[in-house]
Amino acid sequence: MRHIGKALFIATVGVLALSGPVMAEEASSAVLANTCFSCHGPDGKSAGAMPWIAGKSTDYITKVMIDFKTGAMDSTVMQRIAKGFSDDEIKALAQYFSTK
Amino acid sequence: MTRITRRSFNKMAGALGATAAMSLAGYPRMAAAASPRVVVVGGGFGGATLARYLHGFDSNIKMTLIEQSKSFVTCPFSNTVIAGMNKIDRVTHGYDGLRGLGIDVVHDTATGIDPAKKTVSLKGGGTLAYDRLVLSPGIAFKWDAIEGYDEKASGSIPHAWKAGPQTVLLRKQLEAMPDGGVFIISPPVNPFRCPPGPAERVSLVANYFKTHKPRSKILVLDPKEKFSKQGLFTEGWKQLYPGMIDYINLSNDGKVVRVDVKGMTLHTDFAEHKGDVINFIPPQKAGAIAEAAGLTNDSGWCPIDQRTFESTVHKGIHVIGDTSIASPMPKSGFAANTQAKVCAAALAAMLKGEDPGTPKFVNTCYSLVAPDYGISVAMVYGFDQGKIVKIKGSGGLSPSGAPAAVRKREADYARGWYDSITREMFA
Repeated sequence: MRHIGKALFIATVGVLALSGPVMAEEASSAVLANTCFSCHGPDGKSAGAMPWIAGKSTDYITKVMIDFKTGAMDSTVMQRIAKGFSDDEIKALAQYFSTK
Repeated sequence: MTRITRRSFNKMAGALGATAAMSLAGYPRMAAAASPRVVVVGGGFGGATLARYLHGFDSNIKMTLIEQSKSFVTCPFSNTVIAGMNKIDRVTHGYDGLRGLGIDVVHDTATGIDPAKKTVSLKGGGTLAYDRLVLSPGIAFKWDAIEGYDEKASGSIPHAWKAGPQTVLLRKQLEAMPDGGVFIISPPVNPFRCPPGPAERVSLVANYFKTHKPRSKILVLDPKEKFSKQGLFTEGWKQLYPGMIDYINLSNDGKVVRVDVKGMTLHTDFAEHKGDVINFIPPQKAGAIAEAAGLTNDSGWCPIDQRTFESTVHKGIHVIGDTSIASPMPKSGFAANTQAKVCAAALAAMLKGEDPGTPKFVNTCYSLVAPDYGISVAMVYGFDQGKIVKIKGSGGLSPSGAPAAVRKREADYARGWYDSITREMFA
């Protein structure tokens, strides 16, 4: 069962990376990233006081989001938002923004 | 990563099967549509965002945006104009950015839809054909739902719940009001556009009074028992505007049953309240074109497939923003913006005959209690068993009793959000 899970995970990430057809219950990385733009600007390029996230490294974005989730890092609203994303979704987001 | 169980594997595998079937049956490829035509009605948070993102997903789509106004005045931050913190220009945005992308922006009013012929008729006389239609017309008011308050009455007792001339009118009235005057605001019943909006308006007007007309009072007559972010607003009011704001809820006779425009008086069941300036926000329903096209149900709003925002009444028509039934999401500009992105992704896929994908949404509603005192409510939404669902454990309110520095940061972020989202839509 563990092997099935791993194979499926790889398949899932493969699908996400290609931004191709997406399986149910899991949003594409583009759809996920779009939710961030409303505050952080298109592709994470903020227009004002919101932090700029475009081009930050995958590791940095992943760590910050996980720290928001656990409460290890102080925030205003991000601790409430980060909890709405799974660790896999956070990885997909981090990858997306690191290339922008 | 190893949390994928046999059960979830089966679920996913099943979904894949369903996906393949849907591609064949539910979401057929547009036959012979080399350049699919998409018409968008409404150029606000929903429509403007949708046009931009759909263009981004597939620039081959021939898109027309129908918007009656030459420029868009945002309801978010319009309370800062009413309170004199900003001029109306600060919340006014043009359509040159969208035109620059090749989107045909037509300033006209959609008056009718023929879902069988797939056409939209315009007040100006023209007719537009579409492969897919997106409606984002915002709200309409239920004029005459409360005795004495019709569209004409809004000329002297503004609602200011669609930003523009109404915003400016209310600002002028507050400026002209003498110190020691009474400002009455009456919010509507649920559901309505921007649930925390009335209390933000109360807060910022109180801030204006405090600095310019300190003997003035604010009376809130609410036909509901409670309101959005009530604890946080009340905490801020006590701290910043002690003794200035009197809030009366439904149980305490807060429901207005008659508006006397001439006498500048609001009547409840047992009392009458005279104001120097009155802001009456009437009950709301789906935008006029949605109702005219028969897309609404008994609730007055439009039922949709929450995955694609396609109307469950007429195929080929998608409804986003305030007009749609996207519960548990609130009716807010932010919600319309995030819905538009999901709808655009779904549409781009559907026009290619592909699966529309899975939605994910975020909504954050910032409110200013004072220029440097911000609070927020947030929620992340996913999709499960055909419905938009709140992600458990996510979202919620700013903490109560937070230090001033935290309130200041949220006020700065409120402005930062506004700058980002308006640039996203209109730049």
